[in-house]
Amino acid sequence: MENPYAIEMLNITKRFPGIVANDNITLQLRKGEIHALLGENGAGKSTLMSVLFGLYQPEEGVIKKDGKEVSIKNPNDATALGIGMVHQHFKLVECFTVLDNIILGMEPTKNGFLQKAEARKKIVALSERYGLHVDPDARIEDVTVGMQQRTEILKMLYRDNEILIFDEPTAVLTPQEIDELMQIMRNLAAEGKSILFISHKLAEIMAVADRCTVLRKGKYIGTVDTKDTTVEALSAMMVGRDVKFHVDKEDKTPGDVILKIENMTVASRMHHNNAVKNVSLEVRAGEIVCIAGIDGNGQTEFVYGLAGLEPLVSGKITLCGKDITKASIRSRSVSGISHIPEDRHKHGLVLDYTLEDNIVLQRYFEPEFTKAGFLRRKNIRSYAEKLIDQYDVRSGQGPVTVARSMSGGNQQKAIVAREIDRDPQLLIAVQPTRGLDVGAIEYIHRQIVAQRDAGKAVLLVSLEMDEVMDVSDRILVMYEGEIVGELDPRTATAEEMGLYMAGAKRKEQ
Amino acid sequence: MEKKRASLLRNPGVQTLLSSLLCILLGLVIGYIALLIINPAGAWGAITAIVKNFWNYGRTNLQLRYLGNTLVKTAPLLMCSLSVLFAYKVGLFNIGAAGQYVAGAGAALYFALALKMPWWVCMIAAILAGAVLGCISGALKSFCNVNEVISCIMLNWIALYTVNSLLNPVKNPTSPYTMGLTSVNPEAVMPSLGIEKLFTNNRYTTLAIPLAIVIAVLIWVLLSKTKLGYELKATGLNKHAAKYAGMREKTNIILTMAIAGGLAGLGAAMMYLTGFEEWSVTQSSVPAMGFNGIAAAFLGGLHPIGAIFSSFFIQHITNGGGYVDMTMYSSDISDFISSMIIYLCGFVLFFRQFMSSRLARRDEARKGGKQ
Repeated sequence: MENPYAIEMLNITKRFPGIVANDNITLQLRKGEIHALLGENGAGKSTLMSVLFGLYQPEEGVIKKDGKEVSIKNPNDATALGIGMVHQHFKLVECFTVLDNIILGMEPTKNGFLQKAEARKKIVALSERYGLHVDPDARIEDVTVGMQQRTEILKMLYRDNEILIFDEPTAVLTPQEIDELMQIMRNLAAEGKSILFISHKLAEIMAVADRCTVLRKGKYIGTVDTKDTTVEALSAMMVGRDVKFHVDKEDKTPGDVILKIENMTVASRMHHNNAVKNVSLEVRAGEIVCIAGIDGNGQTEFVYGLAGLEPLVSGKITLCGKDITKASIRSRSVSGISHIPEDRHKHGLVLDYTLEDNIVLQRYFEPEFTKAGFLRRKNIRSYAEKLIDQYDVRSGQGPVTVARSMSGGNQQKAIVAREIDRDPQLLIAVQPTRGLDVGAIEYIHRQIVAQRDAGKAVLLVSLEMDEVMDVSDRILVMYEGEIVGELDPRTATAEEMGLYMAGAKRKEQ
Repeated sequence: MEKKRASLLRNPGVQTLLSSLLCILLGLVIGYIALLIINPAGAWGAITAIVKNFWNYGRTNLQLRYLGNTLVKTAPLLMCSLSVLFAYKVGLFNIGAAGQYVAGAGAALYFALALKMPWWVCMIAAILAGAVLGCISGALKSFCNVNEVISCIMLNWIALYTVNSLLNPVKNPTSPYTMGLTSVNPEAVMPSLGIEKLFTNNRYTTLAIPLAIVIAVLIWVLLSKTKLGYELKATGLNKHAAKYAGMREKTNIILTMAIAGGLAGLGAAMMYLTGFEEWSVTQSSVPAMGFNGIAAAFLGGLHPIGAIFSSFFIQHITNGGGYVDMTMYSSDISDFISSMIIYLCGFVLFFRQFMSSRLARRDEARKGGKQ
């Protein structure tokens, strides 16, 4: 009888100093199936994939291809076995065309000259067969994220890979592009490719995968058929307890206006147009206002303008009745703005500083932590310990852990703790749950709602439809730098919001 | 026991020390090989002469006197290495220490010889001159995003020729050197405070030597204990996060370069206000002191206290080069050997990285084997 499995990883154990990253994990990928690999951050998904690609050698366990044991010592061995991967962060040369990127490393040549016509034929054939629409002559820097991803997929197909791994492929896509990707994955599976789909988005797993293997804290929890399970059951497997998906919050009547923005315009760093055009809005005490929209529609620049990271072209910002349009970043922060930044590695943390030094990043200059120019290390330590304890920030060595070595979820928790504990008037939270697992998301949503209940004004900027619908009291949709619609999350539908986000609909001026 | 040794090896300080020692050893071996190739007969004698430096003298009082000479030049080198490492901690590569040193020398000597000022005024002038030059690079970096390496290199030359013409009026009529400090303005010589007694009345050993060590300690305190150090290092490690946290990252960059420049300028004061050397107004190359500061900073593991020892060592080797038998080797050989060693000093970080990655791999292998 023919072996039904394309690739098998049997009883894999991989240890690192002080931690068992993979503890007796078995993953069997059937030919022609879409198999999801589900787990929280730090559950061991990345380690398992690194073992499959020969980046790590497991202490125990074997890998079989078509039933035969194979040894994978380095990524070249994995490629030779027909294993390909689309990474979460694409590995493309920005200034090359789609075609050049696909053939890169496998260029067909004749007497040392490139034979692009041949390659083009193969690529066009592949893209038609699987419904992967790309423009072979467009440069990567000019095409959408969706097309970049399709380029990555074509790269694998061009190399005749049989086993395709998608590492969190939907994180960067719009809802429409996600649907498209799902269809592509189904096409690929129907053509006999075996797909491993790494994700922690349960709805997507339920929609596209045939089976799902769940890892938790380095351990193998089980493999289930998606048709026999539910989102709730999967998340309980992943987290080890029941998770609330819906954020509980009571209706509240908003209080005074805390933040008032009038006709704000911010220039773009990328092009000559303005990224934010004439935006006016208000946020009141005790309400969560959400700026929704597809990535790249001016949300980032809007927040930069509000936080003082970019100057305004025009407009006026008032916080608690005080004009802060021209105020410095420090004075905005001291007068009551807390900011959970979009990019925790770029803005949120000094990665090579310790956790305690990062926890006082916005307060180190206060008399509690600085006296006569000298840091008061004892106070910093005890304050950090208090926050670590209170917000359950987990790390290897407590306050002296280097931030770089912490998991993404705990890095984010540290930032959230730092910003919320400053007791702000206005909390700006930009994509506060990006890349986090459900446990951490639930926790951060609870903290944000608690701030609102404590009478703070909260401005949430999010790309996640569920987050927008669940957490906010009022939704403002941003499209090409303008607020194109205001929705009430209690009455609005996802479809309606999608139309605003895509620019197909806008409120009457 | 085994465990204790292993954890000692993992200590970053110990790793730096070991790799510094390794660099020194390697530099000596390569220097020795070069000597062997040029003239095998004198190679051993030459390399031991370099390492022995003042021990080449048999009598203790002579040894002390020449140790004093090494220390006189160690103080300015230490200042230059502090200048480089301070900027490096804030993410800037201050290759301009050489030019800031030149500016400091020009200011110190002009105030001493032309304006007949006392030593402490000259010293402050030197610090300010270095700081101004540093400021220029810092301001170009923060306002126009000009790479500090480029602007520093160009300023090095601008400083050199400016100082040459500035000091031309106070040069000796018969030689290209500036006039002797002791004869023209003895007030401008740094006070010895009795230190010369320790070094067999070597009159060049002055306040500069203890002052240099005190400043190294101050820089260490500034970097590791103060609010300013916290801000500057944060700016160096992640300027976006520094800006987000409301630190004035542009001001911080300028301030850092000003402090770094001031340190190099002070180094020049420590050199030229002892009367140990005069400035040649016809020189057409930037003095090596500032560049050697880069090597000393790296050899000292980018730690202010480490820099004290590395600066001494590099000066020791450089002075030791003077004892090589000139009948067997050309007079450039001493510079060649010491520059060989100094060159390898730059590899400290490389060795350290290599060492810790090897240890990590061994750990993994051992862990795997045990269980």
